[in-house]
Amino acid sequence: MSVRFGLLTLLEEQPMYGYQLRQEFESTTGSTWPLNVGQVYTTLTRLERDGLVEITAEGDEAQRVYSITGAGHDEVQAWFATPVRHQSPPRDELAIKLALAVRSPGVDVRAVIQAQRTATVRALQEYTRAREAAANDLSWLLVADSLIFAAEAEVRWLDHCETRLVRHPKPSTPISDPQSVPVREAAKR
Amino acid sequence: MTMPVLELRDVSRTHGHDDALVRALDHVSLAVAAGEFVAVMGPSGSGKSTLLNLAGGLDAPSSGDVVVEGNRLGGLTRSSLAQLRRRSIGYVFQNLNLIPSLTAAENVMLPRELDGVPIRRARREALAALAEVSMADLADRFPDDMSGGQQQRVAIARAVVGDRRLILADEPTGALDSNTGEGVLRLLRTRCDSGAAAVLVTHDARHAGWADRVVFLRDGATIDETPPLDVPEALLAGGRTP
Ligand SMILES: Nc1ncnc2c1ncn2[C@@H]1O[C@H](COP(=O)(O)OP(=O)(O)O)[C@@H](O)[C@H]1O
Ligand SMILES: [Mg+2]
Repeated sequence: MSVRFGLLTLLEEQPMYGYQLRQEFESTTGSTWPLNVGQVYTTLTRLERDGLVEITAEGDEAQRVYSITGAGHDEVQAWFATPVRHQSPPRDELAIKLALAVRSPGVDVRAVIQAQRTATVRALQEYTRAREAAANDLSWLLVADSLIFAAEAEVRWLDHCETRLVRHPKPSTPISDPQSVPVREAAKR
Repeated sequence: MTMPVLELRDVSRTHGHDDALVRALDHVSLAVAAGEFVAVMGPSGSGKSTLLNLAGGLDAPSSGDVVVEGNRLGGLTRSSLAQLRRRSIGYVFQNLNLIPSLTAAENVMLPRELDGVPIRRARREALAALAEVSMADLADRFPDDMSGGQQQRVAIARAVVGDRRLILADEPTGALDSNTGEGVLRLLRTRCDSGAAAVLVTHDARHAGWADRVVFLRDGATIDETPPLDVPEALLAGGRTP
């Protein structure tokens, strides 16, 4: 997603100043996505150029009021109607780290898993507190819940990895003979 | 630091001997302060229930000491241990242990009555505790006429009724839907915020998220724990970028 849709959607509610948009954007995302003022104005300039917003009160940057246009409204509707695309496959640093750990001699994979588990549970504790502190703001709650569910899923996946590890003990000589590599590559084709 | 509400000092618990020796708990030390909410996580068989049973005086260690509010459990007579358990310790068992011939309210009142609290006061306290788990309406039902989740909430009310200083809960959210489960966690959190100490055994990281500290067990030993939390205001800003 881009900041562009965030700002456009906020302008659907009412015309706003740039700094106001920035504030609203950050409070909606529970400060998980901080914006700087520069980003906000650059985006607004582009939106204006594309005819999606218009300036309804002129002045210097801080005095300008932005409003959404009909085309902007259509853009927002189309965005909500389109599912978010997942990168395929997503590049998950943790999954790759474990994939490498299981074939690296001298790496204690269970220790790697536990260090991550502790860190992720710790993040969960923070998200849970943050969510309780913001219990009346629905947008914020949804963002916090999303972080909590993602962290929970990560812990469950780590538990699962540990079980797999018991069933598939780490091979003692994981690196194949260099000469056999081209053969295996050729066999795949 | 003030005296912890619960302290395990180098506690071990073994079963059987020689070739058949099982180390259910292996030299575990743990202190839980007043106001502190500790979660214990670990795979099945890692010693979580053993730890909780020892902490609640339901089982005795093979070596080491369990100390509750300054009382070394091993040094107490049977009757003073029973009294300490009734007065200070609330326990939610993995298998609930409600008495089928007593209503919800009577189940919750029982430990208070045994402790000499007058019946009317015990009932008033029981109704308040049931209300905290949204079970006030079913106070006069028998366990067999309740769903698993409702029984679980009665068991939780029984554990928090009165002024329990130490609440021990073994997977207390098993039969609950996720909203009711959250409610139970919030209740434990509130109790700790008003000064109780709690130890929660759970396999669910989302529940452990409510704790101040999470301790990880493996093969009867503590292998790691989360570092202390900062003030709540640290919030998401310092978290990982997803
Ligand atoms: N009464 C007993 N006799 C023999 N072994 C036991 C007994 N109680 C527990 N154990 C063993 O001690 C270990 C820890 O059990 P427990 O504390 O119930 O684990 P958890 O609650 O983490 O699943 C397990 O290996 C279990 O089989
Ligand atoms: Mg158990």
